[in-house]
Amino acid sequence: MFFYLLRRLLYAVPIALSVSLVCFLLVHIAPGDPVNAIVPADAPAAVVEQIRREYGLDKPLPVQFVLWLWHVLQGDLGRSLATGRSVSEDLYAAVGNTLMLALAAAGIGFLAGTAFGTLAAAFRGTWVDKLAVAFASAGVSVPHYWLGMVMVVVFSVMLNALPAMGAGPGGSASWAWDWQHIQFLVLPALTLSVIPMGIVTRAVRGTVVEILNQDFITTLRGKGLRRGGVVRHVVKNAAPSVLAIMGLQLGYLMGGSILVETVFSWPGTGFLLNSAIFQRDIPVLQGTILVLALFFVVLNLAVDLLQTALDPRIRRT
Amino acid sequence: MNSAVANNPTLLATPAAPARSKGYWAGVMKRLSRDPVTLVCGAILLLMLAAILLAPWIAPHDPYQTSMIRRLKPVWFQDGRYPLGTDELGRDMLTRLLYGGRLSWFLGITPVIIAFGIGGLLGIVAGFAGGWVNMLIMRTTDVFYAFPSVLLAVAISGALGPGISNAMLSLTLVFIPQIIRVSETTTTAVRNLDYVESARASGAGALTVVRVHVLPNVLGPIFVYATSLISVSMILASGLSFLGLGTRPPEAEWGLMLNTLRTAIYSQPLIAMLPGLCIFATSICFNLVSDGLRSAMDVRS
Amino acid sequence: MSASPAPLVHVRDLEVRFVSRDATVHAVNGVDFDLAQGESLCILGESGSGKSVTLRALMRLNPPRRTVLKGTLRVAGRDVIGASEAAMADLRGSSVAMIFQEPMTALDPVFTIGRQITETVIRHEGVGRAAAEARALELLELVQIPSAKRRLAAYPHELSGGLRQRAMIAIALSCRPKLLLADEPTTALDATVQIQILLLLRQLQQELGMGVIFVTHDLGVAGEIADRIAVMYAGRFIEEGPTEALMRGPLHPYAQGLLGATVHAGLRGQRLTTIPGAPPNLERLPQGCAFAPRCAFAAEECLAAVPSRRSPEPGRAARCVRVPDLALHAAA
Repeated sequence: MFFYLLRRLLYAVPIALSVSLVCFLLVHIAPGDPVNAIVPADAPAAVVEQIRREYGLDKPLPVQFVLWLWHVLQGDLGRSLATGRSVSEDLYAAVGNTLMLALAAAGIGFLAGTAFGTLAAAFRGTWVDKLAVAFASAGVSVPHYWLGMVMVVVFSVMLNALPAMGAGPGGSASWAWDWQHIQFLVLPALTLSVIPMGIVTRAVRGTVVEILNQDFITTLRGKGLRRGGVVRHVVKNAAPSVLAIMGLQLGYLMGGSILVETVFSWPGTGFLLNSAIFQRDIPVLQGTILVLALFFVVLNLAVDLLQTALDPRIRRT
Repeated sequence: MNSAVANNPTLLATPAAPARSKGYWAGVMKRLSRDPVTLVCGAILLLMLAAILLAPWIAPHDPYQTSMIRRLKPVWFQDGRYPLGTDELGRDMLTRLLYGGRLSWFLGITPVIIAFGIGGLLGIVAGFAGGWVNMLIMRTTDVFYAFPSVLLAVAISGALGPGISNAMLSLTLVFIPQIIRVSETTTTAVRNLDYVESARASGAGALTVVRVHVLPNVLGPIFVYATSLISVSMILASGLSFLGLGTRPPEAEWGLMLNTLRTAIYSQPLIAMLPGLCIFATSICFNLVSDGLRSAMDVRS
Repeated sequence: MSASPAPLVHVRDLEVRFVSRDATVHAVNGVDFDLAQGESLCILGESGSGKSVTLRALMRLNPPRRTVLKGTLRVAGRDVIGASEAAMADLRGSSVAMIFQEPMTALDPVFTIGRQITETVIRHEGVGRAAAEARALELLELVQIPSAKRRLAAYPHELSGGLRQRAMIAIALSCRPKLLLADEPTTALDATVQIQILLLLRQLQQELGMGVIFVTHDLGVAGEIADRIAVMYAGRFIEEGPTEALMRGPLHPYAQGLLGATVHAGLRGQRLTTIPGAPPNLERLPQGCAFAPRCAFAAEECLAAVPSRRSPEPGRAARCVRVPDLALHAAA
């Protein structure tokens, strides 16, 4: 088991490096001289030269990558072309906001998805099952940026019940755990939760149906276990794969909130990305994507380890 | 295939290949014909396709004809001269939706088709060749798998800059690794089936084995998987346009229309919702058709 | 339980049908038998003959939504067909227990062997965890699993096939059942392990005085363990009798074919025979004897109606028109 853990941890290193490489290359696939992608157009020639030297932009790509990685490891993700502020500082606040939104959406989506999926599996073939599956299909097929607009129309415009954009009253940047602030989280979190809801519903339903069809369920009935006793077995069998899917979904939520954040002007990484795209602010784009992708790598690792801990069949190989 | 089997006594003795036989496809069609959801969704998709293909002939107005005096008019404006009202620049919504569908469908489906070709090829090669070829291909896809797909699409599109071809390129790159994984898994599974091994053992060449035994059995599952990606692709493609990374104004595209109509959600919410509704309808129909295909082709069910 | 003279298992006119939207499968079509305390019966038949379905019906373990049960079915003095689900759950695992063909899939892969035994003990005997664990250890020793204490903490995939089946038997025995049902318990095992498991089962049956019903398609297994054999075809017992007598001289042409088609010591020097044709479609059973289409001796009479049960000597019976009936002869 120790060696398995070690192997899995070591395997994450080349993945993280490759992910960094892809992010590094983003600057180079941008049209034009890379230096123009990371230095403001109106910068003095001396600054341009200094950056060019610092990042080794006249040297071969591998050298550039190492130099860039060196900066990144020190927490230096460059400066925004648009604002001149340090990218890592802007990201710090944005990642926190996105994480909050993603966790809220995950909470709603996972709970609802588990409930719907379990119901569907327990009553498979009935109208309950069909309804849950239809709901799940709608959840994974709905363009959530559109759903966000529908939510705004219904809850903000027609009912005037919830705020449509921002993350606090009067555009305040500081967050607090009171209704004044939380109400801003409701619509984006609900909107973002439909995808994990749909995916988790399908996954839970599929897993539970598969487990219920297995021979050992007959053994359990043959032992005279009551419903509750059988459920305990189903849960423990379903947990590893369902939790793995949930973990990945949390990662997708972090990386995929850009559209919802744009609709609701939620000050997270997606909003940052959107303005970076709009202003062709490549350092911000690169830094944000690097941080989100590395987060996803770490999350994948955590999911794998969790799965290993939960499933005896993997644990001891 | 029949002649190949006849020339190969080993195959006659082993259980026949599950796919490809007439009985199998007849069964698939029979199961599909009993599945009302798939049939209805398929019919809706065909109707939509016909409508958007015929847009130049059936659209009531010019998609680019703006008018300051009839901006954001409601549904059935002027007694049906503008059946779905007008957009924020006074263009006829029905016309824009018809033309927009062409671009949305094109943007959504093309990347999946290209990825199906490239990813399917690489996956089958990886699965069939095994060894270091498999290693090289699969480890490379792992890197792309380390990105959430929306993020990867936005990253590539964002770095390349806006434009239809850049958006399609980034979507293709997102889907290739996913298709590679599915085709590699399927190919490896098929390659290890008894009858394929016996064909190899009885001296059939690698190309023959691939053509006769592997391809017919793996293309179905890969195809079904690819159809399930169309739904995601439509949403992502329109999402990129929504972010300003795909089509540019004044072009009609559902995602872009949704974006430009955002300001209208207070005055004409119904009209502002229409492009999104189109994306939703297309996406869910593709999704359900793909589900129907999957269960119809799954012999176990 | 009570000391009533009633048999442990009492089955009359048992019918089992599986109903789905597309078809109705007549899996069991009128089975009668009794089993005394401590007796062992083997149901022999090819796959699809309804032998497993019959066995599962005794515990009402067939898929609940699709299964229709008819007839009289009493196990350990209790009615099975009309019982509530809760009453059935109380019966299962305590008075009646079952072991399955494939111990790999019949055991929950993510629970330890110990947990799978203790949960049954706790469920039926209402004892605490510690007592249940002590009982589990006893059981593993009873089924002769080496290093039993360590094996309690093992997961099914960590055991060999033979040990898994022993663990399965331990689970079945955990509440000292009066009746043990075994659904092809050795089919999935290696030949050498099969014999060990059979010997273990026979020993346990004698020690614990259980009634045992075995289902198998393997004549060797049947001869090894059973007091009586019943041969099943298309959902009916077409012949039954004491093991020795039935194996030496089967009465029904199908039983004759079955014994003739299998290698065993009694046939040394003879040619193996085969039974032409295939078993009938259980969705559309013929009106008469289900074996008639494949039978070399089939007559007009066979096609008209299902032959009645005829008994040429006490303890033996067959459903074939060619078998003389003792009762008829006595009357004549």
